[in-house]
Amino acid sequence: MAASSTGEYIKHHLGNLTYGQLPAGYERTCHGHEQTLTESTWTFACNGQEAVDMGFMAFHVDSLAWSGGLGILMCFLFWLGARKASAGVPSGFMNFVEVIIGFIDTQVRDSFHGKSKLIAPLSLVIFCWVFLMNLMDLIPVDFVPKTFEWVMVTFAGWDAHQAYFKIVPTTDPNITLSMSITVFFLIIFYSLRSKGIGGFIGELALQPFNAPNKLAMVILIPINLVLETVSLLAKPVSLGMRLFGNMYAGEFVFILAAAMLGTWQAVGAWPWAVFHILVITLQAFIFMVLTIVYLSMATEEH
Amino acid sequence: MNINLTLIGQAIWFALFVAFCMKFVWPPISRALEERKQKIAEGLSAADRAERDLELAQEKATANLKEAKEKAAEIIEQANRRANQIVEEAKDQARTEGERLIAKAQSEIEQEVNQAREQLRKEVSALTLSGAEKVLGGEINRDTHKQLLDQLAAEL
Repeated sequence: MAASSTGEYIKHHLGNLTYGQLPAGYERTCHGHEQTLTESTWTFACNGQEAVDMGFMAFHVDSLAWSGGLGILMCFLFWLGARKASAGVPSGFMNFVEVIIGFIDTQVRDSFHGKSKLIAPLSLVIFCWVFLMNLMDLIPVDFVPKTFEWVMVTFAGWDAHQAYFKIVPTTDPNITLSMSITVFFLIIFYSLRSKGIGGFIGELALQPFNAPNKLAMVILIPINLVLETVSLLAKPVSLGMRLFGNMYAGEFVFILAAAMLGTWQAVGAWPWAVFHILVITLQAFIFMVLTIVYLSMATEEH
Repeated sequence: MNINLTLIGQAIWFALFVAFCMKFVWPPISRALEERKQKIAEGLSAADRAERDLELAQEKATANLKEAKEKAAEIIEQANRRANQIVEEAKDQARTEGERLIAKAQSEIEQEVNQAREQLRKEVSALTLSGAEKVLGGEINRDTHKQLLDQLAAEL
């Protein structure tokens, strides 16, 4: 494989299928012909530059479809389990569901000491959903994208280069940051609920440095505010970026193996996949545990 | 690596799935697990109770058996004693009866012997008298020799 096409290959694999709004007057070269948009248009991006130019008004269709599909699959499986749940002797699939529920329940009970109906199902969804999304990483990199490309080229008349398709939602920072920001809002909500607005602001302003002297305290408050705000904002960022970084790097290794070894990619990809199983599970677990820990910190007095 | 509306879309998915699990998944399963836990605890305590009951019953049975054995032994002893008593009584009765019979038989024998002797004496005296009459030729008066004759009869 030539160097330029290797680069193209990798770039193609890192692009999302983007559906978004292009502004009026935008000049685009799509499907081999040039055109200038007369009004702002919602369309699929033809290339990476268009995806960038769409700005915030765009969706990563592949990420959302895969994350939604996997989430629905997860909910369906657990719903099946919940329907069969009884105090009697569990069998087969029910055992599996109960093991997961029991595992999550232990984690939540260990770390979160308050009372909340939300935390346990939230942890369950985070762990299982993130795990499933990460698991997509183990499907050979070209398997689904090439199929999608073939379908779009054959039936929709697309250019093969336009058919971006990423099947691992957690390698999309939008997905991981979206979840961590949701968790961030929950942290704020729980803090406000258990400490009140005064308590929450007090926690930001009067820690970690405190002085009995009033004047010293006034001086320390801005320092505390900066420190605590940074540490508060670092939580969602680190939570989301950690998952994204791990999965992106893992995906990248698979893409590299595929780009360099081609047909023989399994030689490189297989050992990495074996190792990656650990990363997949661990990252899902870490995301869940940190969520529980952050929320328990939010509800408890320091 | 563009940040866009996907953020919002994913957040909506997230909220939907969490809400679904909060409503339809977690409560029934955790309730079932809780119920099972309780059921198992109840079963275990019931087993404990049953074991204790069994122990008590066994103790009671042993005690009953022991008591019954003692009672049986007592009854047997009593019966033996009674049997011995009866035998003794029977023996005594038999002995006295025997003695009585023997005494009766002896007295009868004696009576008969006496009777026979009396009769023999009478006959001997009569025979002697008639013999003497024949020898002396009818000179013996019964009345005069009455004393002699009686003496003779008494000597026989």
